[in-house]
This record gives sequence, structure tokens and C-alpha cells, in this order.
Amino acid sequence: MHELSLAENVIRIAEDAARHAAAKRVSRVRLAVGAFAHVDPDTLQFCCELAARQTLLEGAEFLVERTPGQAFCKDCAQDVALERIGFPCPLCGGFDLRVTGGEEMRVLDIAVS
Amino acid sequence: MCTTCGCGHGETTINGIAPVRKRHASGPLGAYRRLEQGAAHAAEAAPLGAAHAPEVDPERTIRLEHDILASNDALAEANRRQLAQQGIFALNLVSSPGSGKTTLLVETIQRWARQTPVAVVEGDQQTANDAERIRATGAPAVQINTGKGCHLDAHMVAGALATLRAENALQDNSLLLIENVGNLVCPAAFDLGEAHKVAILSVTEGEDKPLKYPDMFRAADLLILSKIDLLPYLDFDVDAAIRMARQVRPGLEVIRLSTRSGEGFDDWLAWLAAGCAKAQRG
Ligand SMILES: Nc1nc2c(ncn2[C@@H]2O[C@H](COP(=O)(O)OP(=O)(O)OP(=O)(O)O)[C@@H](O)[C@H]2O)c(=O)[nH]1
Ligand SMILES: [Mg+2]
Ligand SMILES: [Zn+2]
Ligand SMILES: [Zn+2]
Ligand SMILES: [Zn+2]
Repeated sequence: MHELSLAENVIRIAEDAARHAAAKRVSRVRLAVGAFAHVDPDTLQFCCELAARQTLLEGAEFLVERTPGQAFCKDCAQDVALERIGFPCPLCGGFDLRVTGGEEMRVLDIAVS
Repeated sequence: MCTTCGCGHGETTINGIAPVRKRHASGPLGAYRRLEQGAAHAAEAAPLGAAHAPEVDPERTIRLEHDILASNDALAEANRRQLAQQGIFALNLVSSPGSGKTTLLVETIQRWARQTPVAVVEGDQQTANDAERIRATGAPAVQINTGKGCHLDAHMVAGALATLRAENALQDNSLLLIENVGNLVCPAAFDLGEAHKVAILSVTEGEDKPLKYPDMFRAADLLILSKIDLLPYLDFDVDAAIRMARQVRPGLEVIRLSTRSGEGFDDWLAWLAAGCAKAQRG
């Protein structure tokens, strides 16, 4: 369950930023999770809610935005959208793909008061 | 909980001892401070109205764009820098439980015949069995027990490196082998500061593992197909396994190996020697 340790990171990042901004409460956290990130978004969301207990984020809303997978296909020299690792290039069917997007796991912004 | 990176490894022990939680040395802390400052600056950039009417306490949005693994990655980079300074070639061995990692390490140390010094970091949820198997070869080993944790992270490895160093067991121009917790899922996400991840797939696991667990195979720079002495008793399709691994990791190097027959060891030892030569300081 590494989602829980990632969720603890999310809480810490948000709490630190809220403290620096002299905020008392974090009501919303927006996360970006790429299609190829090593994490299940629903589990991450659930773990964030758990890890938020007794912090400035208690009761906060966690929104996860999925960012699409992208790759450069060396066979047809095109940038392509890739749904999953292990899938072929949607244009030429080749597998010589270099992932160029969709790996991120980021805290985008937080709403504080 | 670690006060620098906040990682919650409450149950982690190194050689059976729970490390004292303290702030990390200047490197990663410095990096983290910068991130914190970044967050503070972002806060200052909040809507102007907020700054002029603090008593209203309006909700405002703070832009962060903060990588969730930034704390681990900063510690991993610090580990990597230290290892590079000593010319140490470090590998992170990842696989499902029981693929033969410890057996491979034991055999490797014996066949390596002290070409360079070797040290080992063992990661398991519980027991010091694997570190004891390594120590029986005469090589120094540190056991990390992750408790409920299912992977090693850069912070645990930093602690293990400090332990090895304190025992004078982390020598210049040496080989460092890190056996991760047996788990085909999350070790892929955590950089430890290694030069390469080496994935081990035993032929008893089925050839479609690379497609079922693509993250791990995609993160690897070498695949060891282990226990190939068992192939006559199985219907494991070696070519299909390699094809599927290269589907998720184009160009992945593969070594077929058996610790029983010794097949594949020449290739593996040559790969290690080449890596060490590259890492060594002139
Ligand atoms: N037939 C055969 N058996 C092997 C080979 N290598 C390892 N084994 C056996 O596989 C079993 C597991 O080996 P380990 O080396 O403990 O595996 P591991 O990956 O370190 O296991 P964990 O640390 O528990 O994840 C043992 O019974 C080994 O004897 C091999 O090349 N051939
Ligand atoms: Mg083992
Ligand atoms: Zn293509
Ligand atoms: Zn830590
Ligand atoms: Zn894990």
C-alpha cells in the first residue's frame, strides 16, 4: 500500500504550504496523476482522506485530475497518445515508444482560509 | 516520522535497530528548504484582496505544482552523489517474492571473487535471514526491515549506507547490491539512488508478468530471467517473455541465468564488471 505513504507526502506538502501562508485550514487539494504514474487515483484519494485526519486538511476535498499518456514513436516518428504501457503505437502498431508524458504525480494547488 | 521528508516509516529498522529520527544532512534539507520557500513565494502571490483584509479570512488558492515524490527523489539524488563520489556501482534488484534474488547475490559474491569489494543492503518486511545468508559469504550486509512497508525508499537506504559506512564496509570503487522487498508493484516508483534497477523474473512465474506489471519492467535496465534450469519441466515461453518485456521497455537487455547450473553467470559478471569500470574513479 504505497498509496498511503504518497498520501502522507501530499498532506505534508499541503500543510507546509498552508503554514507558510499563515492559513488555518485547507479545504481543497487538487492533484495531477498521470496515466502512467505508479499509483491508483481512487486509492490515493481515499488514503489522502485518511491521512488528513487531525491535520489542517481534516475534511478537505481531494480532487484528482488524470493527465493523458503520451509517447514518441520511433518507428513512425510521431508524437502519439498512449492509453497504457505495453500497448502498441496507435498509428503504426510498433512498440518502440518513448514515454514523453503521463508519469507525473503532483500537488497542483490548495485552497486555504 | 522523519522531520525532513515526512516519510512515515515508523516500523522500519536497520539491523534490528529503529533509527533515531533526526533531520537529514545538509544536502537534501537544503533542497527541501528551497521547495518550502517556493511554496511561501507562491503564497505571497495569492490574490491581493486577501493580503489587505486578513480579518475576513477569505478562501484563496495557493499554486504549488509540487512533485509528490520530491522528498524521496531529493534523498535519492543525495545517495547517488555520495555513491558517485566513492566510485561505487549500485544496483537495485527488484522482483516478486522468491524469484531468487538472495541466491543470486550469494552466488554472485562467491563468483565475483573480490574483483572489487562488495556490500549488500537487504530489504524485507521481517527477519534478518537474507542479510545472514549474505554475511555467511563474508560480505558485509545491512538488513532493513520495513515492517508493514512494501518497498524500500531513499531515506531507508541513506540510513543503511550510513550504517555500512560506520562499519567501514562501504569502500571506494566497490559494488553495492540492494535487494528490494519482494514486490512487483511499488518499488518501481521509488528511486533509491542506484545506477540501475535490475528486474528478476523466474521462469516459474509465467511469461506474461511484464505485461501484468509493466511499471517494474519499464523501470529496469536489465532483466534477469532466473531459474532457467527448470525450463524442461515447465511450458514457460522464453521468447514470449522477452518480447513482452521489450514491449514495455524497448531494447531491454536480458540475461538468462540459473544459480543451479551456473548458466548465464559469465554474462552477468561481465555486465557487473563493465558497470563497475564505468562507475570507478580514475
Ligand atoms: N531451481 C532453481 N531454484 C532456485 C534458483 N535460484 C533460487 N532458487 C530457489 O528459489 C527459492 C527462493 O530463492 P531466494 O533466493 O530466497 O529468493 P528471493 O527472491 O531472495 O526471495 P525473497 O527475498 O523472499 O523475495 C529458494 O528455494 C532457492 O533455492 C535457480 O536458479 N534454480
Ligand atoms: Mg531474498
Ligand atoms: Zn508509430
Ligand atoms: Zn525520511
Ligand atoms: Zn510499497
